[in-house]
Amino acid sequence: MDLQKFFRKPSSKEVAKERLRLVLIQDRSAVSPQLMDRVRGRILEAVSEFLEVDEQGLEVNLNHRETRVALVANIPIRKVKRGAGL
Amino acid sequence: MGEVLVVTSGKGGVGKTTAVANIGTALAALGKKVCLIDADIGLRNLDVVLGLENRIVYDLVDVVDGICEWRKALIRDKRFEGLHLLPAAQTKDKTAVNPAQMKALCGELAGDFDYVVVDCPAGIEQGFRNAIAGANRALIVSTPEVAAVRDADRVVGLLEAEGFQGPKLVINRLRPAMVRRGDMMDIDDMIEILAIELLGVVPEDEKIVVSTNRGEPASADLSCRAGQAYRNIARRLEGEMVPLMSLDIEAGFFNRLVKRLFRNGTNG
Repeated sequence: MDLQKFFRKPSSKEVAKERLRLVLIQDRSAVSPQLMDRVRGRILEAVSEFLEVDEQGLEVNLNHRETRVALVANIPIRKVKRGAGL
Repeated sequence: MGEVLVVTSGKGGVGKTTAVANIGTALAALGKKVCLIDADIGLRNLDVVLGLENRIVYDLVDVVDGICEWRKALIRDKRFEGLHLLPAAQTKDKTAVNPAQMKALCGELAGDFDYVVVDCPAGIEQGFRNAIAGANRALIVSTPEVAAVRDADRVVGLLEAEGFQGPKLVINRLRPAMVRRGDMMDIDDMIEILAIELLGVVPEDEKIVVSTNRGEPASADLSCRAGQAYRNIARRLEGEMVPLMSLDIEAGFFNRLVKRLFRNGTNG
């Protein structure tokens, strides 16, 4: 292990790069509320074909974690539609 | 048909106008017929940077309003054969022109000039929309600072959404000594973050301030390093393979990147 590298203070350029990396992840994944609405609508449409969904409880969000962005959907199911398992 | 380039950055004060003046002058020196358009309506500056402020009669708004023909509004630079300026209006605002008018005007000018270079105002609102409307290629100017790079990234995203293929990066005001100390992002850092191709690197140079004071573009000064960088950029736009000038920071390593800069995908 490179101890010197481990203990030294990062250069200001490294700090700048890291800060930019994080802020650009946020900027680039900035999604308009209108777009999120459309995504929500299409997910509902797709899932409703097979399952009965509690529309009020549907939650669709973007989660930012470190370097990744995840689309997280919480879709409460009322019941499985008859014949959907075929 | 000539090419219509827009020079943009998002952030103000990174050197767009200086870049337009110097790239334009350098292209004219290569024998090209060049028209520079100052699209920063209400805050015109390209005229003073070029030293042509005393010769303005008509401006961009007069042309799009049909008050005078573009041929009559253009200022021909007597020092640099082939260089022309269409100045911005100073007493109007961005809403005096719309993207459709700019597109029509750029299209007409491209029929007559080898290069039409549009100096885009800072920001991403209507002035930006106007400036990019008629362009088929975009150059992004950024300094190696977090705010400039962040805004440049935003502009790259907007340009891509508008269908621009491969905007190219001009890194301005690089300070090699600070890069060596690890206190400034270097060329590779900028390319890695912005993920666009490099067109050129202009070092910080006091002579730019001096030449702007005098209204004489630095690219005409053969002893000026920033001027040299702009002359190189002009040659690369012309499709020539020009290695990055030595900034005493592992320049050899970056040359590879410049090799990919050939004019690919330029239309007509």
